[in-house]
Amino acid sequence: MSNAITLNYHIEGSDFINAGNASSQIKKVLQQLNVDPKTIKRIVVALYEAEVNVVAHAYKGDISAEITTEDITITLDDEGPGIVDIDMAMTEGYSTASPKVREMGFGAGMGLPNIKRNVDELNIQSEVKVGTKVVMKVKLS
Amino acid sequence: MKVRDIQEKLQLQLFSGGSGLDNEITGGYVSDLLSDVMGNSDSGEAWVTLQTHKNIMAIASLKELSCIIIVKGFKPEQETIDKSDEDGIPILGSDKSTFEISGELYQLIKK
Ligand SMILES: Nc1ncnc2c1ncn2[C@@H]1O[C@H](COP(=O)(O)OP(=O)(O)O)[C@@H](O)[C@H]1O
Ligand SMILES: [Mg+2]
Repeated sequence: MSNAITLNYHIEGSDFINAGNASSQIKKVLQQLNVDPKTIKRIVVALYEAEVNVVAHAYKGDISAEITTEDITITLDDEGPGIVDIDMAMTEGYSTASPKVREMGFGAGMGLPNIKRNVDELNIQSEVKVGTKVVMKVKLS
Repeated sequence: MKVRDIQEKLQLQLFSGGSGLDNEITGGYVSDLLSDVMGNSDSGEAWVTLQTHKNIMAIASLKELSCIIIVKGFKPEQETIDKSDEDGIPILGSDKSTFEISGELYQLIKK
């Protein structure tokens, strides 16, 4: 599409101070585009959780968001330990987060279920010891 | 009910975000699990927690919460305070426990 917008962000593992920055910037863009507030809320929940997963579980990653009039497709591609069993990871309450991360209130094992509930399409590919790629799509109209 | 009303009535300390004292409170949410708040809170709610790090402000902003109330005398970190000032979402505090603050807050804002 000619009028597609593409936004790119970089995430560093363990950088909790900046976790949520990409979500916040994409939220602003969607508001400027007059996307329905309820839809923005869903996108923000999913994106924040995916962003935090890179910070909490991976070494570094890149986010790209492509916005067209029909939908938004967000891809988070990280270098990290990967996910051994994706079905298991999707289970509510399952978490391998470190005690330190849990103390901060992360690591409740609700992130991937939160993502799943809020997007129209979710695709997770992972290679152990290489990284994880999360692609999520939400319809905008 | 505005944030300034509960600040007065519950005698809460104002740490930051004073420009948001007129934010309207639509309800409350009590949790220390960030994904729980991210997934289940609604905009306008006052969030009661013992977490103090910057991510609580990221969540409060993204979810458009009215304010954060930190319990048990904990204090927000400097980065948390800066973001609260920037975004105009007040961070309030009390020496009381989550149980007490939530009970008092509920009495104030229940319909
Ligand atoms: N990007 C990622 N890289 C490696 N592992 C991941 C990634 N995202 C999720 N996981 C794995 O899936 C588990 C469940 O994720 P999630 O539901 O978000 O819960 P939490 O992040 O609270 O542990 C994580 O504990 C981790 O083992
Ligand atoms: Mg997670």
